[in-house]
Amino acid sequence: MHIPDGYLGPSTYLVMYGASAPFWVVSLNKLRKTLRSKAIPLLALGTAFIFIIMMFNVPIPGGSTGHAVGASLVTILLGPWAASLATSLVLLIQALVFGDGGITAFGANCFTMAVVIPFSTWVLFRLLVGKRSPSSYWVPIAGGISAYIALNLGALTAGFLLGIQPLLYHTADGKALYCPYPLSVSIPAMGLEHLLVFGWVELIITALALFFIQRYDASLIALAKGE
Amino acid sequence: MKKFKPFLIAILVLAILTPLGIYLPEKFHAGEAWGEWSPEDLSQEIGYVPQGMEKLSSVYQAPLPDYSAGELNPYLAYILSAVLGILLGGGLIYLIGRIVSRRER
Repeated sequence: MHIPDGYLGPSTYLVMYGASAPFWVVSLNKLRKTLRSKAIPLLALGTAFIFIIMMFNVPIPGGSTGHAVGASLVTILLGPWAASLATSLVLLIQALVFGDGGITAFGANCFTMAVVIPFSTWVLFRLLVGKRSPSSYWVPIAGGISAYIALNLGALTAGFLLGIQPLLYHTADGKALYCPYPLSVSIPAMGLEHLLVFGWVELIITALALFFIQRYDASLIALAKGE
Repeated sequence: MKKFKPFLIAILVLAILTPLGIYLPEKFHAGEAWGEWSPEDLSQEIGYVPQGMEKLSSVYQAPLPDYSAGELNPYLAYILSAVLGILLGGGLIYLIGRIVSRRER
């Protein structure tokens, strides 16, 4: 889901910088207002977790690879704003140090992984968990389902951005200038592999982590406390 | 801080296991993630490198491309990249957290 430089045209990547920038500003502001110093180590560990989990490329034999994002788990533990900032920071390091995801595409990648995923996880998880306690057996299941759907929404957003490129930018003789694949290719490709494979990886990781965290200290699951 | 020790250990164990993330795709002949191919690989599929992509794709060169480090063993470089990512990501957000929440006691 890390769009490289060269796949998005200028107007697309500029708009996506514009779409993500407010989330950087507001998440910093939210952190300033709500972050308790006791939670800072957990936020640092959550950021490290997002970085690490994205390194586990999962193969589709003979096909492509993909990976979990980890932002859903961090959302459920620390809320969507903290998860959004943590994921954006990870994406910045990946782009600047490791060339994973483009510099021009940084805004777009933040939007798919640091906005769509945390905020859809937040909405879905709150809906599914309702007033149940953080130690309810339902919390890991709801977390897993939320993470599965959120990853798919993020992947579809990336597929959409890639798929509109041939419509927006092409030469007079119809050759693509950036991503050459239209929506009819990008949406099924990104959609199916995440629906069938990578979404399940995200679901299992999120549910398992929540299961163990519950047994360690259920009060760490902030989003199940209505915070 | 002590309370989060098991989490830190879990992340360090994961860091040591990260080479699986390059070993398994190789073993199962899986290629690049969809839409993340190099311009050269893409041109093999479609027969040309899109003009705009050609210009933009080299706009920035990362120091450790694809979590590798020159001649260093790729698995070792991957683990070291994981450790660097933990330190940079965890460290920077820790600093940001400390700075923005300073006013509280």
